[in-house]
Amino acid sequence: MEKKTTVHAEPGKQELIITRTFDLPVALLFKAYEDPEIVEQWMGTKVLQLENREHGSWRFETSYEGNVVFSANGVILEFVPGEKITRTFKMENTDFPVQLEFLEFEKVTDSTSKLTMHIIMRSVAFRDQLLKMPFAHGINMAHDRLQQIADSLK
Amino acid sequence: MNLRRDVFQAIADPTRRAILLLIATQAMTAGTIASNFNTARPTVSRHLQILTECELLTQEQSGREIYYHLNPAKMKDIADFIEPFRQLWEDRFNKLEAVMKKYKNNR
Repeated sequence: MEKKTTVHAEPGKQELIITRTFDLPVALLFKAYEDPEIVEQWMGTKVLQLENREHGSWRFETSYEGNVVFSANGVILEFVPGEKITRTFKMENTDFPVQLEFLEFEKVTDSTSKLTMHIIMRSVAFRDQLLKMPFAHGINMAHDRLQQIADSLK
Repeated sequence: MNLRRDVFQAIADPTRRAILLLIATQAMTAGTIASNFNTARPTVSRHLQILTECELLTQEQSGREIYYHLNPAKMKDIADFIEPFRQLWEDRFNKLEAVMKKYKNNR
């Protein structure tokens, strides 16, 4: 089966491009980014602020068992309904510098659309670190599960 | 984890990427590889050493010559390395698609 989501990360470059084709009209795809309640549903995060306009700001926060485990914020530089969002992204409480994100929404057919996310990082090292995050996280998850199994055997 | 980071750093260098591309089609000796670059021979040797240490290249003795081969298994590791990141976005976007289909039907 063809992979719907592609990640293009050329070695030695501080950028990465994520593309995805959706079985949704472009208007609905854009709405998923525009409507705070809908963002909360698919991102699994709380939307504290989302000002969809030039020079607007946004802030997301994710909690797990009462503790904030992830928070991020940024400013919206460009906002063209149904077409594009350009924004900054900063993960709070991490060493990651601000990254720049260009989101482009395109109509493919009346019922399908394409999203292109072009992310630019401060350095190649930070780009590579970002790519490795889910990998490192996966290891932690496996570790936690091992711990649970070990605990259950006690 | 260290090994993986090293592999990533190894392919971040343009000369080393060029060496990998060059060897992809056929195994070569250090001399032949060096003759393809304007870089000094010891510099090319250093690149070959790094690529060999990361297991991206393997050495094979043939008579008096040592041939360098590409290690496809290790190259695949690099592709696999990005896979968890891709999967993370795939899952997120699948969720988005499902949420929006439900939204459309409920209107």
